[in-house]
Amino acid sequence: MTVTATRETRPSPQAPAKKPGGGSRRRAWATRAPLLPALVFLIAVTQLPFVATLVISLFDWNSLKPEKRHFTGLSNYASVFTDEALRESVVTTVVLTASVVIVSVVLGLLFALLLDRAFFGRGFVRTLLITPFLLVPVSAALLWKHALYNPEYGLFNGALTWFGELFGIESIAQPEWTSEMPLIAIEASLVWQWTPFMMLILLAGLQSRPAEIMEAARLDGAGPWQMFRYLTLPHLRRYLELGILLGSVYIVQNFDAVFTITSGGLGTANLPYTVYETFYRAHEYGLASAAGVVVVIGTIVIATFALRTVSSLFREEASRA
Amino acid sequence: MPHPGRRSRPPVRGRACAVTAALALLATGCAGAGGTSFGGGDALNVLMVNNPQMVELQKLTAKHFTKETGIKVHFTVLPENDVRDKISQDFSNQAGQYDVATISNFELPFFAKNGWLHPLDDYAKADTAFDQEDILQPLRESLTAEDGKLYAQPFYGESSFLMYRKDVFEEQGLTMPEKPTWEQVAKLAERTDGAERGMKGICLRGLPGWGEVIAPLTTVVNTMGGTWFTEDWEPRLTAPEFKKATKFYVDLVREHGELGAPQSGYAECLNNMTQGKTAMWYDATAGAGSLEAKGSPVKGKIGYVPAPVEQTKSSGWLYTWAWGLQKASKKADDAWKFVSWASSKEYEELVGATSGWSNVPAGKRASTYTNPDYRAEAGAFADVTERAISEADPKNPGTQPRPTAGIQFVGVPEFTDLGTRVAQEISAAIAGRQSVDAALAASQKLAEKVAEEYR
Repeated sequence: MTVTATRETRPSPQAPAKKPGGGSRRRAWATRAPLLPALVFLIAVTQLPFVATLVISLFDWNSLKPEKRHFTGLSNYASVFTDEALRESVVTTVVLTASVVIVSVVLGLLFALLLDRAFFGRGFVRTLLITPFLLVPVSAALLWKHALYNPEYGLFNGALTWFGELFGIESIAQPEWTSEMPLIAIEASLVWQWTPFMMLILLAGLQSRPAEIMEAARLDGAGPWQMFRYLTLPHLRRYLELGILLGSVYIVQNFDAVFTITSGGLGTANLPYTVYETFYRAHEYGLASAAGVVVVIGTIVIATFALRTVSSLFREEASRA
Repeated sequence: MPHPGRRSRPPVRGRACAVTAALALLATGCAGAGGTSFGGGDALNVLMVNNPQMVELQKLTAKHFTKETGIKVHFTVLPENDVRDKISQDFSNQAGQYDVATISNFELPFFAKNGWLHPLDDYAKADTAFDQEDILQPLRESLTAEDGKLYAQPFYGESSFLMYRKDVFEEQGLTMPEKPTWEQVAKLAERTDGAERGMKGICLRGLPGWGEVIAPLTTVVNTMGGTWFTEDWEPRLTAPEFKKATKFYVDLVREHGELGAPQSGYAECLNNMTQGKTAMWYDATAGAGSLEAKGSPVKGKIGYVPAPVEQTKSSGWLYTWAWGLQKASKKADDAWKFVSWASSKEYEELVGATSGWSNVPAGKRASTYTNPDYRAEAGAFADVTERAISEADPKNPGTQPRPTAGIQFVGVPEFTDLGTRVAQEISAAIAGRQSVDAALAASQKLAEKVAEEYR
């Protein structure tokens, strides 16, 4: 960010450089000065806390035992990778992220393909489909936990009962959704929220398909499957990558669904939830910071790929234009 | 998203400030940083948990306390987890940002040991109108630290008891014993299971959390002769008594308990009881207030008996939210005046008059239970509640000596984490994803780690 700021304020070559040395330097600073408060603010709110988290992660620091705080080097990081609960939460995070992203991309693609056709009320349907993504994550999770999954008064079991009554079945099965399939229950609620996001990105991709090429393919006698397989899908590759990577970055960090639906029980605690537990329940500031740093590094790795994809997308657009 | 600070490395002297900044970020607060927008120098700063009784207090303070004494009070109201965290940050630095804070009997022993709290004995003695002797004995005891000094005054207290549907029992021709045992309760749960369409026998918490499933479970363990730790810190989670109690609890809730038990906590069970989905409910005495509230469909239909027992005389838990004064506070005298007002008999009467006796922060004073106004409203459960609290013995809740005080918890800071992790194992057993034996074997390992620090 610093680099961007300096580059923008560097005196342009056309500007007459009157005096070399002191004068131009002062001038350069004068042009930079108005940007400084913003820069300082940016560093204060983004970089310093992270550095501080790094520092804290090197301490054995339990907030309820302040007198025992001491420097321990990298032992907190060793704990992150050796503690069984933390290790399990890393696996859970990977499984949760991968399954949610894959399923919502596939569903998103289906919806995008359907929405790409012209039909009456398309705008209305599109808005309806986007709605889950606009919901506050914690209220979406509450909706799933209580209104849908609850075995006593949830919609799913209510629908089953209604179905049973319709066919005269006295006591139809009333599964306890969250207890019997805890991870799937969380994944389903996340898929519901993230499918619209994937759909939007892929719809944008579909609508940027060059119509004349599709037309030409049709004239050449290509069937719908061939057109999808050899024209649409290659065109969508970039958009799929973008959706997968952005989705991964956000779903790795998911906290609301795990916190609300299962409170981390039944093997559903992912890394962000475990960081929360370590900080709030165990009061282990050092360990929580170390786990937080691991999440950030993981996210940065994914984000790097995401940013590369976005920039290559722009390059392609630019070269086509 | 923060990137590693490649370009902006703060100077070493910035570290202290950076640590504060990070804490502020992590805790989404600004504890320790100071300089926040607090009122004038004379005002008291009070940090409290956002339970309904406290919110009521906040409403009444300016009109009554400030009017009488001229002392202004600024409240910071936060959810339970955040309150604990903020208190430990402010109190551990002795930053003095808050003069008074709500603490529970769980953290009192180690807060006092850390020297974070102001002893209150002298104030309580001098303030005759406060009537310290009126505070129920177990509460006084659990707010007194190892050094024999009193460190907090209760705002309200609670224990646990068994609630049951009198009408359902009558219909089924069943009678609830006056002092039931768990064996009897299990039989009654079997008989009442399905008494009405969609009605289960009993509701017991199964939601992971040291303050959720662990609280009722630990009282069952206590009365069946088990304990988390022996006096010299030997973890006993795989001992036959602990196993028997856990198996009993898990089997009971699996066979005759509510649907979706691993996601059910206090709130869910309260809902089930109110909606007639369960015939019995073993939980906090505070639940009775909601069941008997105006508009509750089960108002007047509920009977209350003491917490079921096996080997002990009583088994109810003890929990209280109490006022602690920060040692570094420069306004200790004013702070006491506030505490003395908020925990007084007059305040209970004020709440009774302004918003109804069922909203009174009860469970702390003997006089509350002799007050005719209170009894008119809460007669159904007043006596059982008072007896449950008075019979609670935090120092000796089971059949063997304990290393620390506490009935439904072990009074060490590590317990919030240990309890929550064990709760996740138990919850998985309730869901049928693993056996009780496997859950307890895993829990024993966790408990050993904690015990090592104390041996």
